[in-house]
Amino acid sequence: MKLLECPINGIRPISEFTYGGEYRNMPNPDTCSDSEWAAYVHYRNGAPGLKKEWWYHTPSGTWFIAERNTMTDKVNRTYLLGQEEAK
Amino acid sequence: MPLGLLKYGLSSEHPAPRFFRDCTEPKKSYDAVIIGGGGHGLAAAYYLAKDYGITNVAVLEKGYIGGGNTGRNTTIVRSNYLTPEGVNFYDASVKIYEDLSEELDLNLFYSTRGHFTLAHTESAMRTMRWRAEVNKHVGVESYVVGPEEISKACPQLDISCSGQAPILGALYHAPGSVARHDAVAWGYAKEADRMGVEIFQMTEVTGIDTKGGKVVGVNTSKGYISTNRVLSAVAGFTPRITEMVDLQTPIVIHPLQACVSEPMKPWLDTILVSGSLHVYVSQSSRGELVMGSSLDPYEFHSTRSSLDFVEGLTTHITDMFPFLSNVKVVRQWGGMADITPDFAPIMGKTPLEGFYLDAGWGTWGFKATPISGKTMAETIAKDMAPDLIKSFRLSRFEDYELTGEKGAASVGH
Repeated sequence: MKLLECPINGIRPISEFTYGGEYRNMPNPDTCSDSEWAAYVHYRNGAPGLKKEWWYHTPSGTWFIAERNTMTDKVNRTYLLGQEEAK
Repeated sequence: MPLGLLKYGLSSEHPAPRFFRDCTEPKKSYDAVIIGGGGHGLAAAYYLAKDYGITNVAVLEKGYIGGGNTGRNTTIVRSNYLTPEGVNFYDASVKIYEDLSEELDLNLFYSTRGHFTLAHTESAMRTMRWRAEVNKHVGVESYVVGPEEISKACPQLDISCSGQAPILGALYHAPGSVARHDAVAWGYAKEADRMGVEIFQMTEVTGIDTKGGKVVGVNTSKGYISTNRVLSAVAGFTPRITEMVDLQTPIVIHPLQACVSEPMKPWLDTILVSGSLHVYVSQSSRGELVMGSSLDPYEFHSTRSSLDFVEGLTTHITDMFPFLSNVKVVRQWGGMADITPDFAPIMGKTPLEGFYLDAGWGTWGFKATPISGKTMAETIAKDMAPDLIKSFRLSRFEDYELTGEKGAASVGH
């Protein structure tokens, strides 16, 4: 992967981006158990596959979602969080 | 080459000695199955046989032995870690390494060079002092040195780093060494095989069979094997194995790359590491500079190499050694590092009975090969982890008792 498409700025060199890890849903801290919370804090889905990830376009300060296959490094699509349908 | 040697090479009466049998068909059951024929898996097999007399063991390797991260690291052995738990553990490994050539009856080219971790900032100096004090407390020979002593040990080094990042001092670690990494795998394989362990290459594990929270067998590309003890020692493939048994871990995979220069006459007899410049370098017995850098910046399950890595690394190495600008890089490669949040490994028992984990070896696995094999063998034989690896247990994350070793990782990640 040498290029990545920022939903705001279009296709830019990969050196302009920072990886933010896999998108994860936070359990409700008021209702979840201690071990559910510890799992949310520490555990990750490390197996390869198509993943929804946070990426950051550093020069413009844009956080967005990329759907990327971590085995092939192919990006299916990128979008701003919550604007998945509009794309 | 003397011509006399050629006749042995061409004669079938003098075949090259094999290090281990060429096993092809696994038996129906084993007392223990080890997934992964790298240094760690083979060392565990060796100590199971030697220390506990458990020889009915199969080592399953999906490629060839030592072809994974055992043969892809930059071969540095050291114990100058940050936590007392880490220093004790790696020190035990260094002590085994020192006599390992004799024990395995194979020359591992183990060479004690001394190891300098260069500091270019005051905050880095602070970490060096901290590590030196922890090391001394545990009885490991490490101390902080100034630029003069570094220059004396390595006069070729530009102490100002081309004016980019002047060196203020370093953590000197006397036992720092290099070894021939693939020989470590071969040596353990040879001796394990001699005691009865069976090693299967080109044999992939496709599933792990469990019943009532216990391991009962493994599915492989060569059929089903029943066993109630399985060790996973697969480095960058750990998440694929733990997924088979629905075990959650914090491990994520990042590529780690390395390269070597063309061979030169010997001029660098120490090991140099710079955290700020993201470089570690030593000269191999063949004369090549073996160089590595930090992890690739995002999760990726591949051993591909990239130009970005060589560009970044050579920029920094020529800051340290400007005269290397005319030297060529002749080979580069990558490995898959299983990274944990605290930069310490994950070893020992798991919630699944009979399933043992030797994982999370990120960028620090080769140096731990002997001691991880020894402690994992004990864990499997007694179904109880020894004290030496208690702080590396998987459950430390749920207990919020992390073993923070990031400050001792060779370069800033």
